[in-house]
Amino acid sequence: MARATVLGRLTWRVATVAALRQETPNARTIVLDVPGWPGHVAGQHVDVRLTAPDGYSAQRSYSIASAADGARVELTVELVPDGEVSPYLVEVLEVGDRIDIRGPVGGWFVWDPARADATPVQLVAGGSGIVPLMAMIRTRAAAGSTAPFRLLYSVREHSAMLYAAELETHAEAVTPTYVYTRKAPGGHPRPAGRIDAGLVRAAAWPPDRRPLCFVCGPTGFVEAAADLLVAAGHDPALIRTERFGPTGGPA
Amino acid sequence: MATVSRGFFGRRRSGDPDLPPGQYLVTDFPVLSAGPTPRLRTEDWEFTITTETGEKHAWDWAALMALPAQTPTVDLHCVTKWSKLGTSWRGVSLDTLFEDVESAAEYALVHSYGGYTTNLPLQDLLDGQAWIAYEFEGEPLEPEHGGPARLLVPHLYLWKSAKWVRGIQLLHDDEPGFWETAGYHNYGDPWREQRYWGD
Repeated sequence: MARATVLGRLTWRVATVAALRQETPNARTIVLDVPGWPGHVAGQHVDVRLTAPDGYSAQRSYSIASAADGARVELTVELVPDGEVSPYLVEVLEVGDRIDIRGPVGGWFVWDPARADATPVQLVAGGSGIVPLMAMIRTRAAAGSTAPFRLLYSVREHSAMLYAAELETHAEAVTPTYVYTRKAPGGHPRPAGRIDAGLVRAAAWPPDRRPLCFVCGPTGFVEAAADLLVAAGHDPALIRTERFGPTGGPA
Repeated sequence: MATVSRGFFGRRRSGDPDLPPGQYLVTDFPVLSAGPTPRLRTEDWEFTITTETGEKHAWDWAALMALPAQTPTVDLHCVTKWSKLGTSWRGVSLDTLFEDVESAAEYALVHSYGGYTTNLPLQDLLDGQAWIAYEFEGEPLEPEHGGPARLLVPHLYLWKSAKWVRGIQLLHDDEPGFWETAGYHNYGDPWREQRYWGD
């Protein structure tokens, strides 16, 4: 199995907030300047550490949303009600603030254009599970890769969709199919509902193309989506998953 | 040196002495797996210990059930930062399974149905530290949590407690497993916060 690797020791680095972008009412993108950032591969995550004045600290993991770009690293964080770290990142953090991060972490749930061939890629996102997959879409575009991508993105309703406008600019490249679980926008070809076998058959790469599948989202979504892919005939060995626990980070 | 985060005060939940550094408490049971959940029938299940000389010891489900069970109550620490305290399990101690195994090996590579692997020193599997667990909180272990049976080695980060365990291979030389080759610490002691390479 091809692996991206983390070389050497992962030290904490001081990151400065360069910009903030509200993505939805509950999520925002934090643009960080991280001097000495070693670069990353799409799909990797970072650990964020917040420290109170008395030394108390809390750590969480967040997926990187951006393609590798020098010292710039973007995270998109969705508010977890009653969370400890995400409310601070989504509602308190300001431009110019500094936080500790370390990474990049993770060498499995990754897509690297330098190692990619003509293997099709099937992206399957539930909710904020789109974040590491967006890093793959952005990396594909930035690298000028022609790897065949498809995206299946399940979200509560349109207002909860991350990167909606930007995804439209990638529509030709990634053939997105959107699934709305609670309320579908007017004119959407499919009524509100969960991803199912028919949709996987119609929208995902057929199993005989042997796509590499990346499935990311809350645990229940990932369990269901991965089971549907296996039931549709996809090789379990080609399905990579990343689950977000109810507590915010990939769990 | 930690950077103080303006306006951050936190929950202070880590005041719990049972919580290793950098961890926070959860009451649910999050799932971390690298791929789809294998669906295994107990009638197809088999567990083996293979020594460094190739000698193989095997148990089917009925044989595992016939062995004396223990009911450990243990704390779980996941490298993704959550900890769950006081979980109760039922399973067979590795000491029982290793009773008739003769080996001079120092390392173990654990294999799972679905292809997952993880490595640890053999001594971390013995002396009441590890089980093949098949019940969680009084119920058969759910597939997404590793059922029908998983390794339980709670003094290390939870990725060492391989779900869907199918065998333990004994080795003279340490051989890093799945996450251990992907940037995660080779040993994974939560109390020394050994999350990643070099920690």
